[in-house]
Amino acid sequence: MLHQSIELQDLRRLLQESAGTEQGVDIDGEILDTEFDDLGYDSLALMETAAKITQEYGIPIDEDALAVATTPRLLLNLVNSG
Amino acid sequence: MTAAAPVVTGIGVVAPNGLGTSEYWAATCAGTSAIREVRRFDAAQYPSRLAGEVTDFEAADHLPSRLLPQTDHMTRLALTAADWALADAEVDRETLSPFDKGVITASSAGGFEFGQRELEKLWSQGSEYVSAYQSFAWFYAVNTGQISIRNELKGPSGVLVTDQAGGLDAIAQARRQLRRGSSLIVSGGVDGSICPWGWVAQLTSRRLSTSDDPATAYLPFDARAAGHVPAEGGAILIMEDAAAARERGAGESYGEIAGYAATFDPKPGSGREPTLRRAIEQALSDAEMDADEVDVVFADAAATPDLDQTEADAIAAVFGERAVPVTAPKTMVGRMYAGAAALDVAAALLAIRDGVIPPTTNVRPARRYPIEMVIGEPCRTPVRAAVVIARGHGGFNSVVVVRAVNRKEER
Repeated sequence: MLHQSIELQDLRRLLQESAGTEQGVDIDGEILDTEFDDLGYDSLALMETAAKITQEYGIPIDEDALAVATTPRLLLNLVNSG
Repeated sequence: MTAAAPVVTGIGVVAPNGLGTSEYWAATCAGTSAIREVRRFDAAQYPSRLAGEVTDFEAADHLPSRLLPQTDHMTRLALTAADWALADAEVDRETLSPFDKGVITASSAGGFEFGQRELEKLWSQGSEYVSAYQSFAWFYAVNTGQISIRNELKGPSGVLVTDQAGGLDAIAQARRQLRRGSSLIVSGGVDGSICPWGWVAQLTSRRLSTSDDPATAYLPFDARAAGHVPAEGGAILIMEDAAAARERGAGESYGEIAGYAATFDPKPGSGREPTLRRAIEQALSDAEMDADEVDVVFADAAATPDLDQTEADAIAAVFGERAVPVTAPKTMVGRMYAGAAALDVAAALLAIRDGVIPPTTNVRPARRYPIEMVIGEPCRTPVRAAVVIARGHGGFNSVVVVRAVNRKEER
């Protein structure tokens, strides 16, 4: 499968499908540089989201790199850097 | 002198015949049955096809979306029951230090419906399709863990796995931790594994009814008894050290956990007497009470002739033949394993509060059982103390004595 790129809007949907939304967090707001911790997503939530990205887009994600992608921008960079 | 008995200050119920304590209690006193054909999966090809299911529960109405992808149905029920119990006790995150509050629940299986779905993905699609949440969502201790996280309860916590006896064993373990210095323990149990995987596991006990008639499928202490109907649900109880509850200004409690004992049966065929009678006697002794001070017994009500005989004989041996009212409101909903005894304790506390013994439904007691059952209609009578019996598959016997709080001492 060809590598595709994903946008913030895709990531919002993937996060919600994989791990829901924390109460009091506006997932549709300015979240690009907000720490996942502050958005209510822990390491399991991100593992689940990464697995979903791989399933849907065919993009493999390295687990060690995932651990240091602590914001949506860093995760998008990781995914889209191929 | 033993330490003061812990008090129960909050109750949260999720039952097939009622969501929330007041709905459940009204339905139970009215004798409303909720045993029906299994709806959660197609059970037509299985030997047992009836269940007591919680059907009108919409998880998203009760829990944040963050918790939904990571929880089995029965964990969602448990989290909701815990929310209701804590609200009932007027406990929130600001009440006490997180380390003074723990969670000890009972479980018999774990999140099997969740687990089955993920295992199906494993063999049909591959390991990368299995949810990361499978790591804990199926697990016995998952309700304890999720209740702890959601409510910031960081005190002593754990899970008891002794089948149907677990609901009482969890309450006893909570009592131990309160005696060791905790102020509050969230206890009880919510259970259920009504999915093909859970169903075939339960079928191996050979104790499941194969009847298709909800009115005659689960008939403990009846000559027609031929096994039980499985169910889901249970109750979460807020247990507090009596002095700590006073200190935080807790409202009136439902009653106290006055006594407990557990025994284990001898090996089948050993010829030795079953130990349920001893469990009842020791629980009364632990409560420093005489048998004639007990106003009602909530029976385990296994609905197989040998187990019913053992239980009826034990009750008669301790209390006298037909000397104490015996009831089994679980005849309306089925047996919910680790949830059942916690729900019976809740019912016993509500019986004390309202002066009413909920009925056993559908049963025509067989004369060979030397007990007096409350049948069909609730019995209005003052209830000061109740005995709850629960037995787990494989020889577990547990007994709890609940008692009205002496108002003078409370002050």
